[in-house]
Amino acid sequence: MSEAARLRRPYDGVVVAAPVTVPYERYSIESAHWWIGRALKALVETSGLDKRAIDGLAISSFTLPPDTAVGLTQHFGLSARWLDTIPLGGVSGIAALRKAARAVQAGDADVVACIAGDTNQVDTFRRTLENFSRFAQDAAYPYGAGGANASFALIARHYMKRFGATREDFGRIAVSQRANALRNPHALMKTPLTLDQYMAARPISDPIHLFDCVMPCAGAEAFLVMREDIAASLKLPAARIAGTIERHNAFADDVVQTRGGWAMDVADLYAMAALRPDGIDVVLTYDDYPFVVMMQFEDLGFCAKGEGPRFVRERDLTIGGDFPHNTSGGQLSVGQAGAGGGYLGLTEALRQVLGQAGATQVAGARAALASGFGMINYDRGLSSGAAILTGPSA
Amino acid sequence: MTEPLSPPRKRSPLNRTRLPSQPPAPRSRTSHGLTRAAAEGRFALQRCANCGEYAYPARDACPSCLSSDLPFVDAPSGGELVSETLVRVPADVYFRERAPWRIGLVKLDCGPVMVSHLHSDCIDGERVRMSLQLDKSGQAVAFARPQQNAPAMQDDRQWREMTADPKYRRVLVTNGRSAVGLATVDALLKAGARTVHVGVPENWKPFPEEERLRALPGVKLVPLDLGDERSVRDVAADIAGKTDILVNTAEFVRPGGLIDRQGASFFQMELAETYMGLVHLAQSFGPAMRMRGADGVDSAAAWVNVLSVYALANWTPFGAHSAAQAGCLSLSHCLRSELHPGGVKVMNVFTGPIDGEWFQTLPPPKVAPRAVAEAIVSGLRSGLEEVFVGDVAQDVRRRLAASPKALERELS
Repeated sequence: MSEAARLRRPYDGVVVAAPVTVPYERYSIESAHWWIGRALKALVETSGLDKRAIDGLAISSFTLPPDTAVGLTQHFGLSARWLDTIPLGGVSGIAALRKAARAVQAGDADVVACIAGDTNQVDTFRRTLENFSRFAQDAAYPYGAGGANASFALIARHYMKRFGATREDFGRIAVSQRANALRNPHALMKTPLTLDQYMAARPISDPIHLFDCVMPCAGAEAFLVMREDIAASLKLPAARIAGTIERHNAFADDVVQTRGGWAMDVADLYAMAALRPDGIDVVLTYDDYPFVVMMQFEDLGFCAKGEGPRFVRERDLTIGGDFPHNTSGGQLSVGQAGAGGGYLGLTEALRQVLGQAGATQVAGARAALASGFGMINYDRGLSSGAAILTGPSA
Repeated sequence: MTEPLSPPRKRSPLNRTRLPSQPPAPRSRTSHGLTRAAAEGRFALQRCANCGEYAYPARDACPSCLSSDLPFVDAPSGGELVSETLVRVPADVYFRERAPWRIGLVKLDCGPVMVSHLHSDCIDGERVRMSLQLDKSGQAVAFARPQQNAPAMQDDRQWREMTADPKYRRVLVTNGRSAVGLATVDALLKAGARTVHVGVPENWKPFPEEERLRALPGVKLVPLDLGDERSVRDVAADIAGKTDILVNTAEFVRPGGLIDRQGASFFQMELAETYMGLVHLAQSFGPAMRMRGADGVDSAAAWVNVLSVYALANWTPFGAHSAAQAGCLSLSHCLRSELHPGGVKVMNVFTGPIDGEWFQTLPPPKVAPRAVAEAIVSGLRSGLEEVFVGDVAQDVRRRLAASPKALERELS
């Protein structure tokens, strides 16, 4: 165990509860406020809490500006004593969980509503690309305006060259997630996907093809982080946070990204949780592209660097398989509801360890790992994070 | 190997002219250090004055030592292409119309990694040389070309979007009587211009090279008096819609400053020929050129002004001339901004005194008309905005950058 891990305190006295998904829509004429409001209402209904008991709010949304979390307190009639706006895209969920948990543990808040939600109006996606970051505006977007597809295409091609990964390898990930999604009523993708269809899809930005891409949509995801005793008094099923990591701008000297920040911190994650990778029952990775999933299998310790292709050839990633992964179908098959994509894995992890995952439930799931990745500021994803949740029976 | 460009076919009058669109233009203020270098055809990056690290994209603090002293300096342009992609479904209109578009990641020898437009001859894993180019929005972008030159390399589709290559284009040279104008006609023909219209002021007066010019294939002489609005409008009515490059070689050089010149008539003539000439040209040709900035292989591409370098700082012995040129320079900036929506570049070619009749008594160094002509063509082929021809122009540019006040004293 590293010195850093030894010094980290466990998340005692804090639990996570009430996984909420506001069913997605491909396009919406509603605002981000509407979607986040639906999620907050669902949190109140699911938990049985009085709205006034929620004294902390963490919000992630690309389409909320000019508002931030503070504007929402007045909009929703909340009085918060702890507040955060977390603009971290794919890492929003992990970051919100970590911050909220420590706030609750320190007594700065009793119940924090963590919500990510976005609308998707017809021009939302293009405008998000245009204004993503200063480096993107200066030095990436003017080059073909391909957005994340082009940026990840450059990284994916390099990875394929270096480690011998093929499109079929990536296809296995997409195909298995689609199989999972067919059991999830919230998934936007409702038809099966075969490897042949995956291979025959139209190219978007080589080597990225259509089924490597998520579908932008509107939706919201949410959960509550709260004092353990409050959850107990409500008889609310709740999970523990066994371990977390978060890292930004790791390995800045790598010429092209072949690993995320997880590779820097993963030992701490498992040390904190007193678990090993083979002790994880369900894995929910951040899947903006199947190639990014493969990178996480390596960096989160399920296989060595460069062995991702072999790993996906040998393992069955479906709900009933020997390595249940992205059981909800992931963003690739459920849809990417803006910053909600950074929560999707966490809410599914929570459902899995609480035994609330319904048709996507992995039998006997006790420990689930959810990871996040995001923020292509210029040429690589800067932010990574992961959390291990354990259920009441663990 | 680049497929050589085919000559453009005759347009069908039934087809709508494709209107210009622009690649994404917003940039941070700091990144315009790159725009400045691109305008002059230099490859420059920020280099920390404190620790020496090169930085890209443009930053306001050094990622190595946090110093804010990050001047743009000329940088080594070599690198290796480490990944590439063909963007087939872009989010924006300009690239959507030009898809698929090839870009790559280049690891520079001097450190940074650049997302870059790629020349079609670039090969993944091999060496490339970088340049900064002005794209159709007028902003700087990184462009990678293979290390070795190859035939027809200039014809690359993506490269041609960044340049104003005269090949297959139709050009108007506004003054064929001047030595610079004549040399420019020859240079443009050599560069593959399809048609060169040559303006002849005071058409009734014969001039030495007239017969030779008339005999050149692709050359058409047109009577054109820049100071006369009617004359310019008449010519524009015939050819503005088929002028892809306009080279304004207006020339009116008379010695004298302000107090020592007698009367105002020379000032008026000077302004009529140069400043008002530019006004007439811009109003007559500008609208059509701006409309035709995306009109195929022979789209409208550039507007060139040949200016005295003393437009930048007044030279007392030719003080009135300098002032008129300064006026033209200021107009050119307005014109540049107004032509931007069409993706038409405005290139200013600054020269020192030309080796010809009007600077006869000046000692060398002077600029040969042919050197100006060659600078125009190479500037167009590189897609530049600012070109300084000859030793005097370079000298004035450097002195001005170093100390404007010192230059003012030196030129008096």
